[in-house]
Amino acid sequence: MSDPIVKISGLNKWYGEFHVLRDIDLEVKKGERIVICGPSGSGKSTLIRCINALEEFQEGEIVVDGIELGPNLKHVDAVRREVGMVFQSFNLFPHLTVLDNCTLAPIWVRNIPKRDAEATAMKFLERVKIPHQANKFPGQMSGGQQQRVAIARALTMNPKVMLFDEPTSALDPEMVKEVLDTMVDLAEEGMTMLVVTHEMGFAREVANRVVFMDAGQIIEANTPNEFFAAPQHARTKLFLSQILR
Amino acid sequence: MTDITSSTFVRRNLLTERPAPVKTTGFVGLMRTRLFNSPTNILLTIVGALLLWFTIIPSVRFLLVDAVWAGTDRTACLTENAGFVVGACWPYIQAKLPQLIYGFYPEAERWRVNLTLFLAAALLVPLLVPRLPSKGLNAGLFFFAFPVVAFFLLHGGGISGFGLSWTAGILQLFDDSIIGAGQVLLNLSKTSAMAPLLWVIGNLVVLVGTAIYWLIFPLTSLRDQLQGTGQSVWADFAITAVIVSLIAFVLGGGVRTGWRALASSFATFVAIAIVIKLMGLDHGGLPIVQTGLWGGLLVTLVVSVTGIVTSLPIGIALALGRRSTIPLIRIFSIAFIEFWRGVPLITVLFFATYMLPLFLPGNFTVDGLVRALVGIALFTGAYQAENVRGGLAAIPRGQGEAAAALGLSWWKTTSLIVLPQALRHVIPNLVNSFISLFKDTSLVSIVALFDLLGSLRASFSDPKWSTPSTAFTGFAFAGIIYFLFCFGMSRYSLFVEHRLNAHRRT
Repeated sequence: MSDPIVKISGLNKWYGEFHVLRDIDLEVKKGERIVICGPSGSGKSTLIRCINALEEFQEGEIVVDGIELGPNLKHVDAVRREVGMVFQSFNLFPHLTVLDNCTLAPIWVRNIPKRDAEATAMKFLERVKIPHQANKFPGQMSGGQQQRVAIARALTMNPKVMLFDEPTSALDPEMVKEVLDTMVDLAEEGMTMLVVTHEMGFAREVANRVVFMDAGQIIEANTPNEFFAAPQHARTKLFLSQILR
Repeated sequence: MTDITSSTFVRRNLLTERPAPVKTTGFVGLMRTRLFNSPTNILLTIVGALLLWFTIIPSVRFLLVDAVWAGTDRTACLTENAGFVVGACWPYIQAKLPQLIYGFYPEAERWRVNLTLFLAAALLVPLLVPRLPSKGLNAGLFFFAFPVVAFFLLHGGGISGFGLSWTAGILQLFDDSIIGAGQVLLNLSKTSAMAPLLWVIGNLVVLVGTAIYWLIFPLTSLRDQLQGTGQSVWADFAITAVIVSLIAFVLGGGVRTGWRALASSFATFVAIAIVIKLMGLDHGGLPIVQTGLWGGLLVTLVVSVTGIVTSLPIGIALALGRRSTIPLIRIFSIAFIEFWRGVPLITVLFFATYMLPLFLPGNFTVDGLVRALVGIALFTGAYQAENVRGGLAAIPRGQGEAAAALGLSWWKTTSLIVLPQALRHVIPNLVNSFISLFKDTSLVSIVALFDLLGSLRASFSDPKWSTPSTAFTGFAFAGIIYFLFCFGMSRYSLFVEHRLNAHRRT
């Protein structure tokens, strides 16, 4: 648990003239669980989207498991094969069944025979506790179930790192728990996770480190205990006082 | 009266069913609840009934009741001979039916048209029924093998070479045009003010052309030697088969996994060989029937099927090009689409038929039907591009991002995620354009191609069948034919839409 699997150094990104990420340095060790929080517009989603090159950046370097991703976005495909991602709005493929959603990438990216891909997909669907829905279409499921399928879909590619971009923000309160439980299970199995979320309970329970961002920069990073009990920066204190009221 | 206010109650007599006091079911009920339930509806019902009265009744009278069903010439369809005001003159259609279907296609060769139509139906129907198996093979046969077979069936003629000769021919044509361009520049340099520059460029171009000539020389000389032998087609065929199979084998993964590719390549060539042998393509094939003789429903179907099959891929490519991030591709797509959308189809057909030959080099001719086909395909392709673009715009960005995050390339994302969803959104629009294309094929009659409508109009001038109702009968018949095809497409599209959108029903 010592060598960094994700290493971000000197990352800068602009949207036109707007400096959205400023000098981000962050190392994630293998098996580490990092929760990134902050007010909206602070760049936290943009940051994790840079890690699998969904966003391009102008300065700095990201190294994922030894694969270098610079501003020219070489090695995009290699990096994406190592990194799984779960989106706020699920982004399941609505025209495919749950099972096909989970076998598409293994078949077409990794060239795994269909039968093997289906067996693997069923294994992961069992892990997120919806194997019996395999032949339904995403539109026929609840939001919580869809998000769990999205997690299973990402896992079928055997990623070394999982990115979660506000995975519970689009869910009804009742369904938040089932998704968080799935993520906790995943954390207990030792998956490296970067999670953008406002679920402070999850952060306390699961995270090794909490990173607080504002205005495109990292303001404070600490263990959950320290972070919640004794925030250092004034901006962090303000944020926590508002979110934990 | 039973006393239901008391706390205990036991029913002694079960109530029997009795009819509703006001009838709400059946014909009377329908009248009461749907047709005559308010003053506005009463008015609308009466207007509707009158409309039906004035359209359906005369149509039925014209087409069926007052129609003449048998006869050998115009006399049967004249009021004075029939004894009543004659409606449709069906013997006329019967007599002209061959012309309406085949045009001037020689009578002895019409079995070829029938066989082509039969093959088309035999391949298309299984393709359209979702339950039937092996769609991949079926689609391959219909979209790639059938057009070639149909060409040699309908047009006739044979082949004098195969893959090797064709490749050599195309390369040589390409090379000749390079050298030709160089020589034009050299000629210009004799008179132009920029003579030295043109002279240098011209010599350079000729040099490149000559280099290519020597580069492809082994290929062309091999072709010429093959042409010298008596069995040029089969020798060329064998060489092509070996080369293509080898490439398929290597691309398929070589010794480990390439055997499947090798087997399918081999099977394909065996099938091609059988077709060549059956149709006698190696020694001249069937007698040639010039497209000028084609006509009637045959031309309508050839033009519309070719247009439908080619315009969709063109449209998809243009729609994707229009959304491309590469400026050159985007600008080309936009210019192409806007050009074809800005020009009436009639202009396109006129241009293709009468102007294009003036611009092309003298010895380079393209068949008139082919010119119209290309014009219609590109014209419809531009419209389909805009339809497809509408579907592409409806796909949320997250779909592409999710696919990218899973490691799918742009091509795979487009073909597996984006296009399947986009096309489903726009099935009604696509079929709308297909239907409109089918009807627009009637415009080819203005460029001297006799489609169904053109053949029909030509038949009006036959004095043998000149009666007051001839034209009406003909147009009614053509209308029915067009309606059947268009209505069929419309219903099938509804069926496909319903089936493919299963995921949207919860």
